[in-house]
Amino acid sequence: MGKTLAEKILDQESGSIVIARVDLVFAQDTTGPLTIRQFQACGFKRLANPKKTALFLDHAAPSPDISISNDHKLLRQFAQKSRCLIYDVGSGVCHQLVAESLAKPGDIIVGADSHTVTAGALGAFATGMGSSDAAVALALGKTWLRVPESIKIQVSGKFSPAVMGKDLILHIIGKIGADGATYKALEFGGEGLENISMSARFTIANMSVESGAKVGLFPADRITKDYLSAQGRGDQYKSLSADKDAGYEKTINVDLATLEPTVAKPHRVDNVALARELKGTKIQQVFIGTCTNGRLEDLEMAAGILKGKKHHPETRLIVAPASQNVLLEAIRAGYIQTLIEAGASILPPGCGACLGLHHGVLASGEACLSTSNRNFKGRMGSPKAFIYLGSPATAAASAITGEITDPREAM
Amino acid sequence: MLKGKALKLGDNITTDHIIPGRYAHLRSNLPELAKHVLEDAEPKFASKVKVGDFIVAGSNFGLGSSREHAPLVIKMAGVRAVLAKSVARIFFRNAINIGLPVLICNTAKINDGDKLEVDLKAGTVKDITNSNQLTFGKIPEIMLRILDEGGLIPYIKKYGDFKL
Repeated sequence: MGKTLAEKILDQESGSIVIARVDLVFAQDTTGPLTIRQFQACGFKRLANPKKTALFLDHAAPSPDISISNDHKLLRQFAQKSRCLIYDVGSGVCHQLVAESLAKPGDIIVGADSHTVTAGALGAFATGMGSSDAAVALALGKTWLRVPESIKIQVSGKFSPAVMGKDLILHIIGKIGADGATYKALEFGGEGLENISMSARFTIANMSVESGAKVGLFPADRITKDYLSAQGRGDQYKSLSADKDAGYEKTINVDLATLEPTVAKPHRVDNVALARELKGTKIQQVFIGTCTNGRLEDLEMAAGILKGKKHHPETRLIVAPASQNVLLEAIRAGYIQTLIEAGASILPPGCGACLGLHHGVLASGEACLSTSNRNFKGRMGSPKAFIYLGSPATAAASAITGEITDPREAM
Repeated sequence: MLKGKALKLGDNITTDHIIPGRYAHLRSNLPELAKHVLEDAEPKFASKVKVGDFIVAGSNFGLGSSREHAPLVIKMAGVRAVLAKSVARIFFRNAINIGLPVLICNTAKINDGDKLEVDLKAGTVKDITNSNQLTFGKIPEIMLRILDEGGLIPYIKKYGDFKL
């Protein structure tokens, strides 16, 4: 039998336990301090590969309080001493920076952050782990992995206008459930992939973990190659695809043309409905950004809908570009000006309001339409707040009306 | 043999229930962080839990973030093991890595407050209160060895590397 993408990258059959080399290991400001303490507790002094090790200050950046400032200082000092890569406040969200400049097809990536799976869009076996695993990977340059069984998502067709990658992944999670792919890989294939941009692939891979998946993998194809070339990393491309006769646990077929704007309702990502079914649901905040949907294509979609309009007077609009590069490009393209003219508050690149630390914390009883990946109770502030997840198109349309709105109505 | 009382929780307990992001500033102060353990799932959890208790949950326990602080504060609160119908992947690995056993079994018939006896070697859970016995799923060999050493850091300290 042929091999799945996961079996190809890890070079073993599903179910095997392997000791794998690690091509990149990283941690961020909420998991990094414990990673460093576990590294030190283990008695390690040196990194296996300083140039394949990165620390990101993104979750609370710039720091909102003294204890987090102390954590940031610890990370900076460690980076200086160990000579690893460090991306300081304002650089952007770790997963976006990994996508832009570090990950490549065939890599094995360990990150102390569950959304490390984002880099699967480039054909990298990228998975989230805790601080102890990251600490050992820092020191030894390897980790142990169970080669996962794979679920194939076979896509055909093309998205309708105002329907995005976010709607596809929310649809899939709604179908298989928040534990539908636990311990498994989601692998995307089919002729419809040629209609899914790199930006949308990052959104989709990013949220594969919300179905429990260990990794969300795309083959490396022409779109991957063009993306890497545009980043000046064309030489890092290699073609990668699953064998035609690879064995999957199951196959789910999706025709992109049948998808509609989709929203996950509180407090679970698999609690999905169509945006049009939620018409009339009032929201006090719209948040556009994060590793899920803070890329140029996302800001372009939002700016396109908000151009010449204002956000609803009872709905705040907050935008956090996923990286400094995204911010610069969005400025050049005029999207930032459009968003500001629509009344948006622009945050520095980073995780922003996503995890309830700062930059848009929700009050009790408030509802937010967010382009992020989790709507868990208490995630964005008060445990009595309500989070709805949707695409940048749905978010922008909803910001104008002050209630959840199908973006096709705004176009 | 571990003996203790069951603290029952529902399905889909997330890492945000266990330690919400709003306490991220306490992540380098674990004793303070532990005072908020499971606050958004069961507000009185931290005052109710006694050393030796078991968390008995439904399906998909620990979904969400990779924060190792989640199993750490559960362990610090005195919990000896987590029993659940199913567990999210990263939480499972993190729990084993910090020496907190996670046992997959059908928890439906265990009630809050039941007295339990857990035999890790035999793979059994006895519910003394309702005279029910359960078996739990096998933990992969490499994880058992990590657990035997008390977690990944002591394991690597002892062996210097992964041993398959």
